[in-house]
Amino acid sequence: MGTRKGAFILTSDEGRRDWKVEGPHFAGWEVYHLKGSPLDPDRIWASQSGGWLGQVIQSSKDGGRSWDPVGNDFSYVGDAGTHQDFDGTPKPWKFTRVWHLEPSLSDVETVYAGVEDAALFKTTDGGATWTELSGLRGHGSGPEWQPGAGGLCLHTILLDPTDEQRIFTAISAAGAFRTDDGGDSWLPINKGLLSGEIPQQEAEIGHCVHKLAMHPSRPDTLFMQKHWDVMRSDDAGGQWTEVSGDLPTDFGFVIDVHAHEPETVFVLPITSDYLHVVPDGKLRVFRSRTGGGEWEPLSKGLPQENCYVNVLRDAMAVDRLDECGVYFGTTGGQVYCSPDGGDTWDAIVRDLPAVLSVEVQTLA
Amino acid sequence: MTRVVLPYHLRNLAKVDGEVHVEASTTREVLDALEAAHPALRGTLRDISTGKRRPFVRFYACEEDLSHEDVDASLPDAVLQGREPFLVIGAMAGG
Repeated sequence: MGTRKGAFILTSDEGRRDWKVEGPHFAGWEVYHLKGSPLDPDRIWASQSGGWLGQVIQSSKDGGRSWDPVGNDFSYVGDAGTHQDFDGTPKPWKFTRVWHLEPSLSDVETVYAGVEDAALFKTTDGGATWTELSGLRGHGSGPEWQPGAGGLCLHTILLDPTDEQRIFTAISAAGAFRTDDGGDSWLPINKGLLSGEIPQQEAEIGHCVHKLAMHPSRPDTLFMQKHWDVMRSDDAGGQWTEVSGDLPTDFGFVIDVHAHEPETVFVLPITSDYLHVVPDGKLRVFRSRTGGGEWEPLSKGLPQENCYVNVLRDAMAVDRLDECGVYFGTTGGQVYCSPDGGDTWDAIVRDLPAVLSVEVQTLA
Repeated sequence: MTRVVLPYHLRNLAKVDGEVHVEASTTREVLDALEAAHPALRGTLRDISTGKRRPFVRFYACEEDLSHEDVDASLPDAVLQGREPFLVIGAMAGG
């Protein structure tokens, strides 16, 4: 888990009732994200950053017991040019931090990094050196991208397990993008998003996508939590359809898919874009077993009064045990686990720093 | 030999205890030597792309703020002679 004041590692046996909390690693630093390789769970990369001392990338080869800093040069390719600032004026592209790290599905030394100001980087040497996949920023609409409130950040990287050349990314507040050639060329995939907050609802870019999720068995089906609206695409982002259905509010940040049921989706509604807390003081996950549209609240074990926390975009994950576990962390420092697909919940730990990200490794 | 005192987070990052000793007679040489001896510090003291000191990193010595001095100016004699350390400070910020 990444938090505002360091990283923590939580471990349990398959019962997922008794947990050991270990940390903080990199105490005092913001850890936006850390994630292990699907090929070797001992290989983990962490994004450590802060306003004083900038960006550090840490790498572990022993499952997080020890760490070593690796390369942190995220220089844009060529003349970085400008994007738009909040007021529409041109602003030079400037690297701030790494939001998300996505280890490759096929090569343990390859990792992708999504950064602010939005760009996608790749290492093929375990993090020693990073190279921008500049076709994304340079595909044409880059100079028109504007930041969301959290910054112009590339926060989502989805790798297609059936096609190494296909990658999906999402940027706040530019939208979602797809490459089919390993990152050389990119296509905006925002048709159907209909963002009422921008002058042209159907614009090709400018949509505030908060998070994308995919089930590995159906890489053409994507789920999206947008600024407002929960969306679904069944053609790899070619067209999106709203599936917010009967959610109490369709604003939120996280979205994830059940490990074994590709049509079971989890979201955690947040009151609104001007009030980033859960509605009515109640912490509830909503689950759809129909791929969206129809949602049921899941609240057993979660606080149902006086709860005013947020759950940030990278702070939900699922495990791959036979009975799928679901996890999320809050800005109040609580981390919750459901070992039964969302039916019941319990707090693993309650008083950590604000949680920025949660990832799960299911070890044999 | 110039004695350099790093702030807590950078000592952890560089995996050092106490002072770091470098051969340097200017601020630029101190930073170059620190980054050469401890590559993990690259980008933490000065921005990788611009080479400029990070805004909340300050350099003090002999009760003076050297942060805005010419990085190629000679350090104070007391620092060069090892009687005083070159201090890297994380600036106070907040409220």
